[in-house]
Amino acid sequence: MPSPRYTREMPQRYRLEANKCKKCGKIFFPPRLICSNCKSREFEKIKLSEEGKIVTYTTIRVAPDQFNTQVPYNVAIIELKDGVRLMAQVVDCKPEDMGIGKPVKLVFRKVQEEGAAGIICYGYKAILG
Amino acid sequence: MREVAVIGIGMTKFGELWTKSLRDIFVEAALKAVDDANVDHIDAMYVGSMTPGLFVGQEHIGALMADYLGIAPIPALRVESACASGGFALRQAFIDVASGMNDIVLAGGVEKMTDGADVTYALSTAADQEYECYHGITFPGLYAMIANLYFQRYGATRRHLAMVAVKNHKNGSLNPNAQFQSEITIDDVLNATMVADPITVMDSSPVSDGAACVIVTTIDIAKKLGKPMIKIIGSGAATDTIALHQRKDILSLDAVRVAGERAYKMAGIKPSDINFAEVHDCFTIAELCIMEELGFCDRGKAYQLVEKGETALEGKIPINPSGGLKSKGHPVGATGIAQVVEVVEQLRGTAGKRQVKNAKIGLTQNMGGSGASSVVHIFKSE
Repeated sequence: MPSPRYTREMPQRYRLEANKCKKCGKIFFPPRLICSNCKSREFEKIKLSEEGKIVTYTTIRVAPDQFNTQVPYNVAIIELKDGVRLMAQVVDCKPEDMGIGKPVKLVFRKVQEEGAAGIICYGYKAILG
Repeated sequence: MREVAVIGIGMTKFGELWTKSLRDIFVEAALKAVDDANVDHIDAMYVGSMTPGLFVGQEHIGALMADYLGIAPIPALRVESACASGGFALRQAFIDVASGMNDIVLAGGVEKMTDGADVTYALSTAADQEYECYHGITFPGLYAMIANLYFQRYGATRRHLAMVAVKNHKNGSLNPNAQFQSEITIDDVLNATMVADPITVMDSSPVSDGAACVIVTTIDIAKKLGKPMIKIIGSGAATDTIALHQRKDILSLDAVRVAGERAYKMAGIKPSDINFAEVHDCFTIAELCIMEELGFCDRGKAYQLVEKGETALEGKIPINPSGGLKSKGHPVGATGIAQVVEVVEQLRGTAGKRQVKNAKIGLTQNMGGSGASSVVHIFKSE
């Protein structure tokens, strides 16, 4: 992953920054330039809630090359308390601990490494509870 | 709009074609279609292909294929909409002929997936790179998430997914072009290696090489050439959010539903008029969701239809008589055109042991990503 492509997304991955349409209130994560709901282009910056619940999930057992050392790992679609949905790994638990509707919290973790000598990539993951 | 007919079809065998290159397989399928149509020229060409750049390091394949097919300097370009690239190539060819821009147009699809690229990564580029793939999700993983929610909401089980795979392998065993021509059992699927819970390797379409081509033209030219009259009576396409988690409902494939509605409207028919369909079963769960979106049954009822055998060759609504992506193979860019090849064979009555009885109207549904794009075509024999 080229460095600029990584650093560009830091506000979202490190700080959960989103934008909220000033006209209709819809929240976008990542931020967008135009609201898909009302077509307004006026937004305010907000921070997402760190608490939510599992909408659906899976356990990855065959992974892309850069995640090979992590298998098996859980990935879920999470709905946060502000209604925004995102995808994240669910860690510090076993595959059988996962379940639809279970509450989760977002935490800051290492996500992947860029090869042997590249940058270490961080971001949000979820833990149960 | 001018009416459009399919007058030529051709495809390679699907599978691990290690002795043949990207250009070899495309030209092989294209020449079969040209011979079948018996045309002396092609006005324009659209080549559906998802990512030849990642698979074999080759872009610019519109020009490459026109060159190697010996039809340069015609206008030719690649069409890309992930796994729906082939279906969209046909749609462009249909628009070309319908609009009067060109008279005889070749729509093809090709993918060469077994040359050693990281296939899991290459396919994942059809998802949201920064907000899905970054977290380690894979395509089987995305469909596994759909499956888990489907199980919870509608009460289906892994056994029902297995029934889809078993049925498609049974059809594929009758298809000489299929990658897998062997029947399997429900236990084979249930005991197979887990890829992303609850999706096993036997719920998943394979990694394949292959190409397929069709030639479309006006009704007048089709009559002059004396071909069986297979008309394209409906074409619809639609898009949805690229990321699965952004959808209003994870179980709603809106792009499929809207593309279907648009195609039905153009054709002036309803879902119950369709005799059989070739749909995009990249994973077994997808076949169930697509049947519901296309109106072949109510929401949450597709698995019961499969259980009753209604989607088998001799059922009420045969789905994937070719063997589907699961058994026939899934060279991503070629899939949308291979679906058309099967429907035309069925409507001509030349599908041999796979022949669906009284096939008059057939449908193809091709899909990109986790449902972010979809294209539907409806064909009628007259």
